[in-house]
Amino acid sequence: MDKKDYQKLVDKNTPKEKRLKNGIVAFFIGGFMGIIGQGLIDLYMNWFDISSKQASVFMIVTLIFVGCFLTCLGFFDKWVNFARCGLIVPITGFAHAMMSAALEYKKEGMVTGIGANMFKLAGSVIIFGVVSAYTFGLIRLLILGGSV
Amino acid sequence: MTFKYNNVYLENTSTVTGPYEKNGPLGNFFDKSYDDLYCGNKTWEYAEVQLILDSIDLVLKKQNKTKNDIDLHISGDLLNQTVASNYASAQIKRPFLGVYSACASSVETLIIGANMIESNQIKNCLCTTSSHNNSAEKQFRYPVEYGGPKPITTTFTTTGGVAAYLGREKKGVRIESATIGIVNDYGIKDVFHMGAVMAPAAADTIYRHLKDLKRDINYYDMILTGDLGIYGKDILKDFMKEEYNIELNNHDDAACMIFNRDKQPVLAGGSGPACAPLVTYSYIFEKMKEKQISKVLLVATGALMNPSMTNEKEAIPSIAHAISLEAIK
Repeated sequence: MDKKDYQKLVDKNTPKEKRLKNGIVAFFIGGFMGIIGQGLIDLYMNWFDISSKQASVFMIVTLIFVGCFLTCLGFFDKWVNFARCGLIVPITGFAHAMMSAALEYKKEGMVTGIGANMFKLAGSVIIFGVVSAYTFGLIRLLILGGSV
Repeated sequence: MTFKYNNVYLENTSTVTGPYEKNGPLGNFFDKSYDDLYCGNKTWEYAEVQLILDSIDLVLKKQNKTKNDIDLHISGDLLNQTVASNYASAQIKRPFLGVYSACASSVETLIIGANMIESNQIKNCLCTTSSHNNSAEKQFRYPVEYGGPKPITTTFTTTGGVAAYLGREKKGVRIESATIGIVNDYGIKDVFHMGAVMAPAAADTIYRHLKDLKRDINYYDMILTGDLGIYGKDILKDFMKEEYNIELNNHDDAACMIFNRDKQPVLAGGSGPACAPLVTYSYIFEKMKEKQISKVLLVATGALMNPSMTNEKEAIPSIAHAISLEAIK
């Protein structure tokens, strides 16, 4: 049997992922995260009497803290596993990836462990986040004629 | 490459597991189980060392021997540089061979030990194998606390340490013959579908074992593969039929036996070097001693996976070693 035939045999015996179900779960939980975020922004605007721009920074910090804290308590991984992209795409996913790596490598020391490995998963998010922000910023400036 | 043995016995075995294995269908057959995955230690890696040390203590106690009676210690595990085995053997202080063929390591240790006993180079041999879910996750996949979803074909690494005491005294289970496997590559690159990676290796080794010894598949009461998982099991069955025209009816897979897939979060089943021996050295060993099963072909399968190679888009090679166990008449 050659590799192509074997791949066919493997495909025949491998069930498909439930993409529709996963997508619906992620859609609703992701949407719910959006509601929580907006709620926090409104709350901070009223409480501290600040602009929505400032309040959204507060909101992001809050969600990062909650994501990290729940990861440390040890059950956030089960939530993420259930909600999938509903919790991974929002900022909570970033916090979860950072914190789980930090926890994992804590025992290998502050510098060689946490320092060197904390960005193991989230590092790509930062790198490509910066690259795409730069690219789309340039497109906005040069092609769409946005102001600097 | 198939050997026959006249006078080698798997005299005694011991199994130590983590909580998931304890809660599985074979939970009552294990000698010792930890509720805590740290096994009383501070790191995942050392927890795995602890599993091996505990299994050695248990098997020596059953055998009424001390560490100094052991001629040779052979051990294998999944971690880089097989550290769990090395650190455990540092405390045993007996002549040591460390082996690696991923999840096929257990049978590799048995084959080396049996060959040396058969040729009178040693009188007895201690064969250990281990794997730990969290140390394996940390090394091969994601941090333990990271909950990114995995495909349904993913297997769940078993946490366990096993020890086997091989010797010439007629007790336990007889080691009848063994076949050393060939490394296969069928171009599968999916690290989350190890069953597909390993099934051709298992098929190849079973086929050559039967051919070398001129046996029919039904000679065995049971063909027990290592850790193909529920989907790999089906792939093996189809592959055997299409490639070698062998109907695989008396087959089971340790990955499917060790966990309850409906109730436990293990996706396609168990895996890891400890998976096949945890089932064999507990449940199967007991059944063979009671003569309920008389002939078993244990085929441990290993995916020779390396994260750098898979990131570089290389396919994953695999190997399977087979050993034939017979109940003593």
